[in-house]
Amino acid sequence: MSDFTHEAWGIYIAVITLISIAACAVLLQSLTTRRVRKGGEVGTTGHLWDEDLAEWNNPLPRWWIWLFYITIVFSLVYLVLYPGLGGYSGYFGWSSEGQYRNEQKRAAETFGPLIDRFLKQDIEKVAADPEARQMGQRLFLNYCAQCHGSDAGGSRGFPSLRDRDWLYGGEPAAIRASIAEGRNGIMPALGAAVGGDESVKDVAHHVLKLAGRTHDGLRAFRGGAKFETVCAACHGPEGKGNPQLGAPNLTDDIWLHGGSEAAIMETINKGRKGVMPPHKNFLDAGKIHLLAAYVYGLSREAQKP
Amino acid sequence: METQNTYNYKVVRQFAIVTVAWGVVGMLVGVIIAAQLLWPELLPSVPWLSYGRLRPLHTNAVIFAFGGSALFATSYYVVQRTCHARLFSDGLAAFTFWGWQAVIVAAAVTLPLGISTSKEYAELEWPIDVLITLVWVAYAIVFFGTIAKRRIPHIYVANWFFGAFILTVALLHVVNSAEIPVTLWKSYSAYAGVQDAMIEWWYGHNAVGFFLTAGFLGMMYYFIPKQAGRPVYSYRLSVVHFWALIFTYMWAGPHHLHYTALPDWAQSLGMRVSLIHHPPSWGGMINGIMTLSGAWYKLRDDPILKFLVVSLSFYGMSTFEGPMMSIKTVNALSHYTDWTIGHVHSGALGWVGFISIGCLYYLIPRLFGRTEMHSVRLVTLHFWIATIGIVLYIAAMWIAGVMQGLMWRAVNPDGTLTYSFAESVKATYPYYAIRLLGGILYFSGMLLMAYNTWKTVVGRRPVEAPIPAVAAAHA
Repeated sequence: MSDFTHEAWGIYIAVITLISIAACAVLLQSLTTRRVRKGGEVGTTGHLWDEDLAEWNNPLPRWWIWLFYITIVFSLVYLVLYPGLGGYSGYFGWSSEGQYRNEQKRAAETFGPLIDRFLKQDIEKVAADPEARQMGQRLFLNYCAQCHGSDAGGSRGFPSLRDRDWLYGGEPAAIRASIAEGRNGIMPALGAAVGGDESVKDVAHHVLKLAGRTHDGLRAFRGGAKFETVCAACHGPEGKGNPQLGAPNLTDDIWLHGGSEAAIMETINKGRKGVMPPHKNFLDAGKIHLLAAYVYGLSREAQKP
Repeated sequence: METQNTYNYKVVRQFAIVTVAWGVVGMLVGVIIAAQLLWPELLPSVPWLSYGRLRPLHTNAVIFAFGGSALFATSYYVVQRTCHARLFSDGLAAFTFWGWQAVIVAAAVTLPLGISTSKEYAELEWPIDVLITLVWVAYAIVFFGTIAKRRIPHIYVANWFFGAFILTVALLHVVNSAEIPVTLWKSYSAYAGVQDAMIEWWYGHNAVGFFLTAGFLGMMYYFIPKQAGRPVYSYRLSVVHFWALIFTYMWAGPHHLHYTALPDWAQSLGMRVSLIHHPPSWGGMINGIMTLSGAWYKLRDDPILKFLVVSLSFYGMSTFEGPMMSIKTVNALSHYTDWTIGHVHSGALGWVGFISIGCLYYLIPRLFGRTEMHSVRLVTLHFWIATIGIVLYIAAMWIAGVMQGLMWRAVNPDGTLTYSFAESVKATYPYYAIRLLGGILYFSGMLLMAYNTWKTVVGRRPVEAPIPAVAAAHA
């Protein structure tokens, strides 16, 4: 559908709006009558339907008439002060975008210094500051908890941020990069490359063995050879993973998509896709810094004996 | 010629009875989804029992199955009785009944299957949209055909409202449902982006305005004076509020899109017309309630009148609340919260539900040759149970809504939000329980009504009412 950008449309809107308001007033005025004198009788319209249906012809209630006029006058005043009459932007020059920008500006002035003071400190130091951690937690609950959980424990497909395991590295800079730039983790579907269901099962048992789980030794042995040709490219020959690619470490018994034989086979057969959206477009550097420090602090806590 | 001397009560009877049945179904689904909000794991985890699919089933069942059937029943009854003429076409009237039931059944099957256009209150896919259009055209022919053969020159005020409702819903439905079919059960809207949103809410708010208001005002204008045995309060008031109401409703849609990509001027226009809209809405309430002046004592022991008058009180309340919520500053607090749900239900349960129930209690005995329902005490009980249910429901949602709005905007001294979203959900929990209780009460009332209707109707022979002679004044 084409957009109505010609300025004639603005005039059309303004004219039809003013006519419509006037029409309401005229309608109201034309049917306003004098009050009925005390003791005076109000007649019916003289029409009769369905044996006994009739209508009195009472005048419009006064308070109601005034209520109506007040809303009409209010509308006219409003249209002078605020946008509404087509292209006319109103006496105050108000716009919702302007209101948004003003609120943002005010917030930046008030809260900016409180947040940005931490930018000068490095993330390890911020992570140790109780006040910064509190601010970081509040930000985390609003921006991160939807996927990672309010306790940062993660859930299936969404990594826990409280353990020692990092897909893309747990150094402060890596955490900040994950938040700011986002991450795209892809495990391709490799069922065919591995060579059908039996081979997939073999590889799955090799993976179970890597993680130190109960496994079928013969299958794990057969799967080991496949692992080296197909999986090692990303996960490394020892299955230690590769943070450059976000390839998980398979030896730590920490599972993003489940560690049962069936879940591992599903991962190999169908592949997996994980997206962490970039946040730099709506969170400023100060907030990302606080969040990175909070997340870094969480994993530090987990590493305490 | 024999049939020409009686009214067509058959189609009225059919619609009246299914109204009760669909009321029970629609409100049961409402109770189920209210319980799901309290206990998300309540039902087995299959897609067609999920909240996202049951919710449109609830809204469609209550608005179009219950409300729609009530409108068909009452408009067919009123237009015949106030025109002193049999329906224009018995065949087309029967088609509207079976066609409308087919629409409802199709909705009840497709919505749980996940077949949906995703437009709120217009979820049904294109083949059903086509059927709705056919039924609606037939409805318009029957209704206006009957008006055309009326034996009283003046058209009664109830018929203005029914007429406006029928015409406007046809327009709304055809414009908003313009879509490009891809397969039998999949289509894409003919509009895109913010224009699609604007058309959807132009439709959406007028679905409230015409489907859920104008038509029910038509009921009000017939059944209140009839039940009270008094003339309508003011003819003049009905003229002003009719024209002002139908005119201003058309503009109000944009107030659903405050602070969105819709241009500011359109948002402002939607808001300022919503404010002008308040007095015309109250005009209908005044006219209905003042019709009782001089007959207030009848309220004491007539439960039908209780239903009708309390429905007007809820109408007045909702039509004050609505314009208030359309003010941008208020909307910034109320929008996306449960306050909206409370507002809708004060209108739906209080206004639409009560006026329909009152009219049905008037209508059903008369359609089966009785003077009143099987048990008037059960009608009274229904009234009190349902009233308590509504009050619990809307009070819970008001409190929950305002609380959510305040929690979402609360900011700590350091600029971070005080509450996470999940905390506001947690805080809402007790109110969801109160809402469920209110819903169960209202639903129990519907069960009483179904039982009472059954006892009133069973074993009774349907009556055919003769068309009385036109009063002398019009002869």
